[in-house]
Amino acid sequence: MTLVQNFPFFCIILSMFSAIISFPMNHRWAMRVHPIMVTAVLVMSLGVLGYVTSTGESYTFMMGHFPAHWGNEIRIGVLEALMAVFFSLIMLLSVLGGLAHIGREMNNSRKNLFFILLDLLMSSLLALIYTNDLFTAYVFIEINTISACGLIMIKKEGRTYVSALRYMVMSLVGSSLFLIALTLLYTITGQLLMTPAKEALAELVAAGEYQVPMLVIIALVTVGLGIKSGLYPFHTWIPDAYGYTTPAASAILSSLVSKGYLFLLIKIFYRVLDFEFVVSSNLVNLLFVLGIIGMIMGSWLAIKTQNIRRMAAFSSVAQIGYIYMGIGIGTTAGVVAALFHIISHGAMKSLLFISISGLSEVSDDKSDFESLKGAGFRNKLAGVAYTVGAMSMIGMPLLTGFISKYLFASAATTAQDKMVIAWIALAISTILNTVYFMGSVLTIYHSVPAEQRKPHGKMPSRVESAATVGLIALNVGLGVSATPVIQAIQTGLAMFG
Amino acid sequence: MSKPNPNYNGSAWDKFTRWTKGTYDPADGELESTPPKDKLSPGERAERLLREYDQSRFEEGVAKEVSAFRIISRIFFVLMAVFMVVMLLYTVSFLPAFGDPNSPVNNEVSQRYIEQGLEETGAVNIVAGMILDYRAFDTFGESCVLFVALCCVTILLRADRKSDMRLRAQEEREMLEYEPQEDNILQQAAKLLVPLIIIFGAYVVFNGHISPGGGFSGGAIIGTGLILHLTAFGTRRTRRFMNERVIKTLTVCALTFYCFAKSYSFYTGANGLESIITTGTPGAILSAGLIVYLNICVGIVVACTMHSFYILFRRGAI
Repeated sequence: MTLVQNFPFFCIILSMFSAIISFPMNHRWAMRVHPIMVTAVLVMSLGVLGYVTSTGESYTFMMGHFPAHWGNEIRIGVLEALMAVFFSLIMLLSVLGGLAHIGREMNNSRKNLFFILLDLLMSSLLALIYTNDLFTAYVFIEINTISACGLIMIKKEGRTYVSALRYMVMSLVGSSLFLIALTLLYTITGQLLMTPAKEALAELVAAGEYQVPMLVIIALVTVGLGIKSGLYPFHTWIPDAYGYTTPAASAILSSLVSKGYLFLLIKIFYRVLDFEFVVSSNLVNLLFVLGIIGMIMGSWLAIKTQNIRRMAAFSSVAQIGYIYMGIGIGTTAGVVAALFHIISHGAMKSLLFISISGLSEVSDDKSDFESLKGAGFRNKLAGVAYTVGAMSMIGMPLLTGFISKYLFASAATTAQDKMVIAWIALAISTILNTVYFMGSVLTIYHSVPAEQRKPHGKMPSRVESAATVGLIALNVGLGVSATPVIQAIQTGLAMFG
Repeated sequence: MSKPNPNYNGSAWDKFTRWTKGTYDPADGELESTPPKDKLSPGERAERLLREYDQSRFEEGVAKEVSAFRIISRIFFVLMAVFMVVMLLYTVSFLPAFGDPNSPVNNEVSQRYIEQGLEETGAVNIVAGMILDYRAFDTFGESCVLFVALCCVTILLRADRKSDMRLRAQEEREMLEYEPQEDNILQQAAKLLVPLIIIFGAYVVFNGHISPGGGFSGGAIIGTGLILHLTAFGTRRTRRFMNERVIKTLTVCALTFYCFAKSYSFYTGANGLESIITTGTPGAILSAGLIVYLNICVGIVVACTMHSFYILFRRGAI
């Protein structure tokens, strides 16, 4: 086994270890450890991506001395490495983009805990990406949930407690449904590792045994992870959770935490339950419908709100709807589009949240549209960044949102019966997106008297500006040269089977 | 060069540019508008609103809305719960019976754990062998769950320290007033029980690989002993040996050791290298490779977490 093959394991352990050593440190050191760790994870993940692309096949890595069936295992393919690269990149840019905010909004005694939570969040995301073991997935879902809850409430202001509580309750319902599904799955297969569990399930399907429990398992896994990622009727925790915490945390929660669960769902569909079986169970049609309702209702709620951060949060509901619609189309092309949108929405939403924090900072820390008038003149970089993010969300060509929409639209042609509905939904949702995103862009560039064009409040630090530029570059880069990423997703998905 | 239009001021284009800049309003003077009757500043208006505000009417309206919502949501909750219960019970009726020898759970996985567990891990207690050797990565994750829970509870409950020394001292004094006063019966009982509980907890931790028990259960017992000590003798005396620094050091050392020990084991296992860890003689106290040390680590983390939770709830500081 070459050294590169060890890197995923190093990444997970390194992020957990940096959380442990940050515990006795003061906040200054913890603040330094986190970006260094994420950069190391990014570099190592790039190495892994290069390695698996060159060999063209996936491999499993034993966590201990015992092979599959008995010991823990992680599995590394192109798709996993690609996700690890993007997740660590977005994590790094979001944290750097909100660094000064973190410094101002939190009490010094809690800052090191904030970075511990971020470290553990990174480790849990990596573990969810790489794991080949269902119970390991559950353990790291727990870490993910608790640390996300900590990130929401760390600001310690009235509303954040309520939103953390709401998040906790909804998220625990999701976890427990997932755990019940896992128990049922273990009872009928006797396996916890994904590969043997899939083999055992295939035998059961062929023999026609345990059909009711299997349907219930699919439903519980889907609903459990759906609640946790904010599928439409279970989205009520989203606006509060994303709308009131510190900007870096909002960016990470919306662009990474919910995406980790989505990736796990797709992974379980492909690596355990067998996607064709899931499609034949017709449950994907439900996902398709809920996804479409989410796309439209999320945008509708976003139009109605008067607060720009809540608007971005509601827009996340719509974008999660896109991803579920992609899965719901029920073909490989649909899943490829969904996976691309996982990455692309991560890039767009983190850019939006970071730029919104830049805009509201120069408007006396307010985030209602009335106070934000002319904010684009006061903080030029944040204004440009917000405009790029909004354009990308609407689906302007040369930006990553366009590629997502194009992929969804072309994936819809692979499923004859859903094609027209998907197209109409995409069209309506794009129009609604345009209404609220262009409305907000016009607001931040609303003409104001000259004295209001000067910044009042804090200007972003150099690190924050660099991170914002990095996120803009990520959006443009994904939009201009999406082909290698799409190809990597396709090869990775082929390796999944 | 075009000539400047002498009639530029007041032309349509000029009006349009001024309108976009916000300095010109075509409706100005055209529309009939009544000025507000009383020119109040926003502060005064808010005050007046507050004076006219009728709490009872507001509450009535809210109560009406809330009660309607409550009835609907309760009906919905009950229906949902009944649906879940029926669905899950129906599903369970399809599963193999408990203890069925032909159930899918009795496969090569559990067979190997039972038959070769002792030989491969050196642990007489097969459960310890499973959680700390076969599936040690999951257990490391579980210890980190405790760790992250400790961090979150600290965020939530830790009271912010006053920067002023005098205020801080006063707060400390007030805090101590709420401490239990000298309670002789409790103290005598605790004197007898605390050492016994802690020794028993340590026994459970150290024998985790030989007999039922292990880090999680033993750590919980030790934690109970510490909480009893705290209840009987008060914060000041417990803080002599369990203060913030001790708890931090213990937790960090335990987790770091776990991290490094298991990383070594994972690395050698995955790369097929020779490991220096041997299983030893089964049944001896220092056997079963890393399991006994990992049990100690888990025990320390659990005990520290329990103690910290209790003291954070009680005082808002470790």
